[in-house]
Amino acid sequence: MKGLSLKGINKTFGKVHAVRDVSKDIHSGEFFTLLGPSGCGKTTLLRMIAGLELQDSGRIILDGEDITGLPAIKRHINTVFQNYALFPHLNIFDNVAFGLRSRKVPGAEVNQRVKDTLEMLELGEMTKRFPHQLSGGQSQRVALARALVNEPKVLLLDEPMSALDAKLRAQVQIELRRLQQKLGQTFILVTHDQDEALIVSDRIAVMKDGQIIQYGTPAEVYDFPKNRFVAEFLGSANLIDGNYKDGLFHTAIGIFELEKPPAWEKGVIAIRPEWIRISDTKPLKNGLRATVTEIIYRGTNLDISLVPGPVRLRTSTYSRIKIGDELWLDLAPKEIAVLNE
Amino acid sequence: MKKINLLVAVSALSTMAFLYLPLMAVAFFSVNDSKYGLEWKGFTLDWYVKLFQNDLILQAASNTLVLALVSTFVSTILGTILAIGMDRFPWPGKMNTALDLVMHLPVIIPDIIFAAAMVVAFGFLRTLTSVFDPGLLNMIIAHITFQTAFVALVVRSRLAGIGKEIEEAARDLYAGTIYMLMKVTLPLLAPGIIAGAMLAFTLSLDDFVISFFTAGPDSITLPLYIYAAVRRVVTPQIHALSTLVLMVTVILVICMERITRKVNKKQKRL
Repeated sequence: MKGLSLKGINKTFGKVHAVRDVSKDIHSGEFFTLLGPSGCGKTTLLRMIAGLELQDSGRIILDGEDITGLPAIKRHINTVFQNYALFPHLNIFDNVAFGLRSRKVPGAEVNQRVKDTLEMLELGEMTKRFPHQLSGGQSQRVALARALVNEPKVLLLDEPMSALDAKLRAQVQIELRRLQQKLGQTFILVTHDQDEALIVSDRIAVMKDGQIIQYGTPAEVYDFPKNRFVAEFLGSANLIDGNYKDGLFHTAIGIFELEKPPAWEKGVIAIRPEWIRISDTKPLKNGLRATVTEIIYRGTNLDISLVPGPVRLRTSTYSRIKIGDELWLDLAPKEIAVLNE
Repeated sequence: MKKINLLVAVSALSTMAFLYLPLMAVAFFSVNDSKYGLEWKGFTLDWYVKLFQNDLILQAASNTLVLALVSTFVSTILGTILAIGMDRFPWPGKMNTALDLVMHLPVIIPDIIFAAAMVVAFGFLRTLTSVFDPGLLNMIIAHITFQTAFVALVVRSRLAGIGKEIEEAARDLYAGTIYMLMKVTLPLLAPGIIAGAMLAFTLSLDDFVISFFTAGPDSITLPLYIYAAVRRVVTPQIHALSTLVLMVTVILVICMERITRKVNKKQKRL
């Protein structure tokens, strides 16, 4: 198979089981994201793929070749480190040339490839500068260039945006996505930022306590969260407990119809704030009469809290709403995600 | 507030005077054209000229330099290897603490104890071969043993400053151990190594106690010579010699400070 296969990877640090039995196939050319809170084992998993950490058990296969026992210097995989780890004593050109030179690539080829890569990342003017003379965004692109110039089979990115300010980060995320699509290379990103994961990824693996608990495209993971953790970690969600009987879901705030009967009798549903519609008249199905208790102005939309519930919703048509208003909410069956765990 | 400030300034100044007046007196008498007494009889550099005509002193100076250069060279290499080995090898926790303690011991043990231990050790070695008779070789070995710890401490703090991620980046970029050491670790460590070497050199240059216990009749160093001479009579020549030793030490310390500061500035974002 083309791509990277993880088979039953385990890693413990003393008593901490950092990565538990992770198996996953990452296709060649895919932008794959490991998303999870800090301490979930995502960085450890990335370091094992890089060869910087040795797993206790399990195998790593790259393009059909077992690389489990190979050290980092023998793996055709490069990394963009969290703090970039640029070599402070080398200028930008020498930083980017480092990987080629340590593999004894001929000088003329080194020059050409470094030049091309720096130009691709719009760093052509910076060759003689030193890392301490660069801005955060420039440092990040140099780190990217230093890894990409080696044409790795897999590029690993360890929270590469965490040192950038919010505005720059949003811009860099889109650039990174475009770059990956242009190059068609396999990127594996580690992040705790759910927006970032949704923006850049082809597929997301949500991790918690060393395990992948949900895996899928951004839309699959966002629209059909498997459990409370995924529903709340990716975006926000109204989680409503209840019992399913006689074809209806009975909750403390009302009785709702679901699109498909769930596999359980007692469980949870999730409704994302932007899935709830405000209705002038009583909806035919799943209407909820609620009173506005809080309004948060966000520019492009309003975040509104209502009772009973409390239910949170997000809307962009808000001219008339004020605290104390009673509204009809439309919780359409197809906008309800049933959590199966 | 003003009163307190004045008090602080005065006490600081008197401390400085307390520290530096004796040294300045030595420098003062080294250019005084009078063999005895404390009276100013005019400026002269005769005592300095005479220094360079005194074979004993020249011999002692050459011994001191050979001792300092050789021991600094060896201890810098050993200390650097020790520091890298301690910091980068994945020692188990307890071993790490033990190594740390062992490394600090030569720094905190009183010189006199260290010197006595050297005498015992060389005494034992002498029963095996006469190479270890008191003399320059013993002194070099003894100096290396205490200098190595100082070099290792300085280099290690620099290593801690560099962090491990840089080296991981090098390995990730296909650098083997030797290539990484030559292209990344050692260039980044260089300021620490130079500072460590200068510290070691200064320590060796000034050392009296350990030299005294390990020296032989032909391996008198400047500090030993000064001690022996002062026991007879303090001559202006000794003042001149002391002033020279002092100046060399001060220059070395200033250079060391400069290098460290310059590099820290340059690699602030390291």
